[in-house]
Amino acid sequence: MAEPAAVSVLVPAPRRITPPRVFAALLLIGLGLVPLWAHLADEPFLVTLFTRILIFALAAVGLNLVLGFGAMVSFGHAMYLGIGAYAVGILSFHGVDNGWLQLAAALAVGALVALAVGAIVLRTSGMAFIMITLAFAQMLYFLAVSLRDYGGDDGLPLNGRSDFGGIDLNDNTALYYLAYALLLAVLVAFGRLIDARFGMVLRGCKSNERRMATLGFPTLRYKLSAYVLSALVCVVAGMLMANLTRFIAPSYMAWTVSGELIVMTVLGGLGTLIGPVAGATALLLVEEAFSSLKLGVPWLDDIINQHWLALIGLFIVFVVLVLKQGVYGWLVVREQRREAAAAQAAAGEVR
Amino acid sequence: LPSAASRDQRATAAANAANAATPATPATVTTGLVLTQLLNGLQLGVLLFLLASGLTLVFGIMSVVNLAHGSLYMMGAYFAAAAFNAFGGSFLAAAVAAVGGTLLLGLVVERLVLSTLYRRDHLDQVLATFGLILFFNEVVRFIWGPASVYMNAPEWLRGTVDLFGLPYPSYRFAIIAVGLAVGAGLYVVIHRTRVGMLIRAGASNPEMVSALGVNIRGLNTTVFALGAALAGLAGLMAGPIVSVQSGMGEPVLILTLVVIVTGGIGSIRGAFYGALIVGIVDTVGRAFLPTLLREFLERSVAQAVGPALASMLIYLLMAAVLALKPQGLFPVRHG
Repeated sequence: MAEPAAVSVLVPAPRRITPPRVFAALLLIGLGLVPLWAHLADEPFLVTLFTRILIFALAAVGLNLVLGFGAMVSFGHAMYLGIGAYAVGILSFHGVDNGWLQLAAALAVGALVALAVGAIVLRTSGMAFIMITLAFAQMLYFLAVSLRDYGGDDGLPLNGRSDFGGIDLNDNTALYYLAYALLLAVLVAFGRLIDARFGMVLRGCKSNERRMATLGFPTLRYKLSAYVLSALVCVVAGMLMANLTRFIAPSYMAWTVSGELIVMTVLGGLGTLIGPVAGATALLLVEEAFSSLKLGVPWLDDIINQHWLALIGLFIVFVVLVLKQGVYGWLVVREQRREAAAAQAAAGEVR
Repeated sequence: LPSAASRDQRATAAANAANAATPATPATVTTGLVLTQLLNGLQLGVLLFLLASGLTLVFGIMSVVNLAHGSLYMMGAYFAAAAFNAFGGSFLAAAVAAVGGTLLLGLVVERLVLSTLYRRDHLDQVLATFGLILFFNEVVRFIWGPASVYMNAPEWLRGTVDLFGLPYPSYRFAIIAVGLAVGAGLYVVIHRTRVGMLIRAGASNPEMVSALGVNIRGLNTTVFALGAALAGLAGLMAGPIVSVQSGMGEPVLILTLVVIVTGGIGSIRGAFYGALIVGIVDTVGRAFLPTLLREFLERSVAQAVGPALASMLIYLLMAAVLALKPQGLFPVRHG
C-alpha cells in the first residue's frame, strides 16, 4: 500500500538520525576542527592542504547544482575559478586590495560571462553541451595565456591577500575559516534552494524537460539561472584560491581542473548536497597519499611518487565502473532502500 | 595535479604553435605567404580530420564520448617514434608500429573499458576516458621519460618544394595527400561497401541492426579499432613535425571536439569540412590576424589583442555556428 509513503510526502519527515546525516555531520565537524588538529600536531601544512580541499569542495558544490540537480554536464567550470582568481590578481596588480571591490568585480564579470556562455551552450544538450562548455573554458584559458601584462603563461604573484577589513586573511587560519564559513553558507543556501520551487523545477527538467516545458515552465530561464548561480559559486572559490596561493596562472582554468571538479562531484555522490564535499576531500587526500606514499620498497615508492597521476587515472576509471553512486551517494541510496523497505513492512502490518 | 597537467598543456600548446611553422609576424603579406599559410592550415585540417572521423564514428554508432582519443593519437606518435629509432630510421617500421599498435590498443581499451560504458550516460563516459588520459600520459612518461622523443620524416620527403619562390616542406604535402586519401577511402568504404552500410545503419538505429542479426558488438569493436588506427595514423604523420611528448594529445583532442561540434556530431562529411575550416581558420588567423589588426588599431593594442583573438578565433567560430545552427553545419540526416 502506498498510503504511508504518500503521507510522508505531505508532512515533513521528522529529522531522524540516519547514516548519511551522521556522515555529513562528522565530515563538516571534522573539517571545522582541522586547524586545531594542525596546531596540536604542529603541522601548519595541514591548514594549507585543507584550505585547498575546502576551496575545491566549494567549487564542486557549485558545479553540482548544474551537474547533479540539473543534469547539465559542464566540462568547463574551471573557467569560473579562473575568473575569480584573475579578478583578485588583476585588481591587486593595479593596487586594489579591497576585497569587497574584488568580490564585486569578480561576481559582475563572472555573471556576465556565465550569462553569455550559458545562453549559447544551453541551446545544445548531451554530448554537444559537454564539448562546448569545454571549448569555452579553453577559449578563456588561451585568453589568460595571452595576457602578457598579467604574467601570461607563467602566471602572476599577488602583492598581498584581499583586504576585507576586520578579518586579516594573511593569517592562514582566518583564511581557512573564511572558506569554511562560505562552504557552510552555500550548503545551507543550496539545501533550501533545491527543496524550493526553483530546485523542484530544475530537478524536474533533469528527469523530463519536455514535460516541464509542457507544464508551462520556462525551462531555459530556470536552467540558465542555475548555470549562472553555480558559476558564481565557482568564482568565489577562485577568489579564495588566488588568496590561498597568492598567485594566479592560466593553469587554474586548465581543462583538467574542470575534469577534476566533475570527478570530485561524482566520487562523492552526484545530486546530493554533501557529496561534492566528501568527493573533494577524498580525491585530494588520495592524491596527497599517492604522491607521498611510502611502502618501504624504495624503487616502488619512487615510481608511485613520480607517476601517481597514472594511479589517479585508474582510480577514476574504477570509481566510474564500480562505485557508481559515489561515497556519500551510496549511503543515501542505501538509506532510501531501507526506508522504502520499512514503509512496505509497515504497510503490510496495517493491512 | 593542475600544475603537472598544465605544464604539459603549455608545452604542447607551444609545440602546436611551432607546428604552424613559418614566420610569426610577417612584415608584408605576399601571395606566396598566404598560400603557405593556407597549405599549413590545410595540413592541420587533414590531421584533425584523421582524428575527427574516428571520434565522430564512435559517437555516431555507439553514442560514446571518448576523450581518450587524443591519447590514442599520442600513443601512435610514441609507437612511431620508438619504432623509427629502433629500426634505424625506417619510416615504414614507424608506420606499421603506429597504426598496428593503436589498432591493438584500441581493441584492448574498447573491450576493457569502453564496452562497459555503452549503456551508461555521457557523464560516466567522460569521466572514465578522462581517467584514461591521465593514465596514458603517465605511462608514456614512465616508459619514454619526460623529455620529448625525436623522429624524422622519411629520407625522400625531407626536401622542399618550390612554391612561387618560397620553399615549402614536401613532408607537409605528404600529410595533406595522406589525409585526403584517407578521406576518399573512408567515403568509398562507408558508401560503397557492406561494412560501410552496416556502419551507416548502426549509426541511425543500432537496435534494429542488431535485431536483423548483425553482430553489433563486433561492429562496435571494429569501428572503435578503426578510429583508433586513424588516430594512430595521425600521430605517425604528426610525429616528425611536432614534439612527441606526454600530454601532446589534449590540445589536439580539444581542437577535434571543436571540429566535431562545428561540423555536426556523428557526421563524417561534417568532420571533413569542419576539420578543414577549423584548420585553416586557426592557422591563417594566427598568422595574419595580428598584422591585420595593426591596420586598424594602435600598434600596442594590436600586439596585445592580436594573439589573444587569434587563439580564440575557432572557439568564436564554433560559438557562432552553434548560436545559428545548434546541430552543426552538416548535421546527420536520418531516415
